[in-house]
Amino acid sequence: MDKIVPAPFGKWLILRRLCQFGILALFLASPWLGVWLLKGNLASSLVLERLPLTDPFIALQSLAAGHDLAATAVLGALIVAGFYLLVGGRAYCAWVCPINPVTDAAAALRRAFGLRATWKLRRQTRYWIAAAVVVASAVTGTIAWEVINPITMLHRGLVFGMGAAWVVVLAIFLFDLFAAKHGWCGHLCPVGAFYGVLGSASLLRVSAVRRDACTHCGDCFHICPEPQVINPALYGGASGVSPVITDRDCINCGRCLDVCGEDVFQFTTRFGAGHAPSSKQKNERANQK
Amino acid sequence: MALEGEKKRWPAAAGLSAMTRRGALTRLGRLFLAAVAVGAALADYGRRGRALAATAIRPPGALPEPEFLAACVRCGLCVRDCPYDTLRLAEMGEPVPVGTPFFLARDIPCEMCEDIPCVKACPTGALDPALTDIKAADMGLAVFVGVDRCYSFNGVGACRACFIACPVKGEAITMELLVKDGRSVFLPTVHAESCTGCGKCEKDCITEEASIKVLPRRLAQTDTGLAGRHG
Ligand code: SF4
Ligand code: SF4
Ligand code: SF4
Ligand code: SF4
Ligand code: SF4
Repeated sequence: MDKIVPAPFGKWLILRRLCQFGILALFLASPWLGVWLLKGNLASSLVLERLPLTDPFIALQSLAAGHDLAATAVLGALIVAGFYLLVGGRAYCAWVCPINPVTDAAAALRRAFGLRATWKLRRQTRYWIAAAVVVASAVTGTIAWEVINPITMLHRGLVFGMGAAWVVVLAIFLFDLFAAKHGWCGHLCPVGAFYGVLGSASLLRVSAVRRDACTHCGDCFHICPEPQVINPALYGGASGVSPVITDRDCINCGRCLDVCGEDVFQFTTRFGAGHAPSSKQKNERANQK
Repeated sequence: MALEGEKKRWPAAAGLSAMTRRGALTRLGRLFLAAVAVGAALADYGRRGRALAATAIRPPGALPEPEFLAACVRCGLCVRDCPYDTLRLAEMGEPVPVGTPFFLARDIPCEMCEDIPCVKACPTGALDPALTDIKAADMGLAVFVGVDRCYSFNGVGACRACFIACPVKGEAITMELLVKDGRSVFLPTVHAESCTGCGKCEKDCITEEASIKVLPRRLAQTDTGLAGRHG
């Protein structure tokens, strides 16, 4: 009953890994090169000693904690927020976040070994945690999530010194591998949830442009970390739903593009490639039901 | 939602089934409780994280500790711009809130850079940009702890290493002549209003365990009136 897993590599996966590790490499190489391509860490950084970047979720918590954030950090947060409004909020998850390779590895092992047992977590939980984090920041007057944030812990650890932070990363890996499928990134992480909300209206999206060619093989559902986002776009043709995946949970990873044998998926804008099915196709689909 | 169900469900139209709707209210309640629990746990953990080791000194211009933890995003830009590698970010397991910048005076003290690059680097204001004169910095306060071992105070020799090290010598630290057991000795004496807490004295102290140590102000000086009298 287990499906043979489709080719684990593809263009978008390779590009994504290059991007994730490239960013890390820039942070790490800068002190050696003596040229500060990237300085700081994912919480806040400087590009080429000029352009400030700040994580907008951390900035939001700082504001909630009652700190009068300095202009540089505010500007940095606006730049980052604007960027993700263009490329998709959770593109952060797929292309930048250092935890993604960790949870991807757990998911890949799950597929490879056919591990199916999973806690039934709610996809909504992360949004509540994100809200709780902002409230906790306001109540305690601290940037609450940074006390435990595995993302910045891992990234800061790699760039500045790890200490015992690897324990947190290992815990997430084991949790995703044995306890819950896509457990951390798909259900719990408030940072991903924040970027999802941020990117609710983002421009770059994946679209099931050639959904009429879909053979119902299910490959995209198997590989997608947020499979619930595919359903309406891929099968909503009959009810007139656009093929563009507009769900904020889609991380714009492009894995569906990689694995689909029929080239159904494409990166488009949220307005683009709205191939409405012809009425004939609609009827065909209705007959299939 | 059942993850295993996602696969079977794919050809069906999207949307909430009646069953999920019925459970929605209890589910909301549970989620709310979970969120409150997460918030409470974070709040508690965060509060405990405020306990800062006595030897960990914040960079110049750092806001008072509670405000600092609201402001510092733990980016390490101050660390990067310190030309003396004084600062570092706390690693997990150290008795300093994880990721926040600090220094240990006995390892590498603050050299009190005139242009204060660490403060300039800080994007958030956690290191207060209002600090423009490094001599007004208030990282901590040097405290004489060498009654039993300081060579100057023992009368073994006139060491003065701390005095010589001090960037504001004569103001922040003086060697006060005392007569102890009929002998003339020198007591390294810190003047709270001028000491910046840079830790140069602690670094250069020649006794195995430093006889003069920088402590955060909250530990070294809880009563302004009394501390002033010390000088
Ligand atoms: S969900 Fe969180 S941990 Fe996962 S990739 Fe996104 S930001 Fe990173
Ligand atoms: S729909 Fe495609 S791009 Fe979006 S998360 Fe799933 S696999 Fe990635
Ligand atoms: S004043 Fe200079 S030596 Fe001291 S912490 Fe700042 S940059 Fe480093
Ligand atoms: S530069 Fe400012 S915000 Fe960044 S670690 Fe240093 S004190 Fe914190
Ligand atoms: S007394 Fe010590 S800590 Fe204070 S300013 Fe002088 S050298 Fe720095």
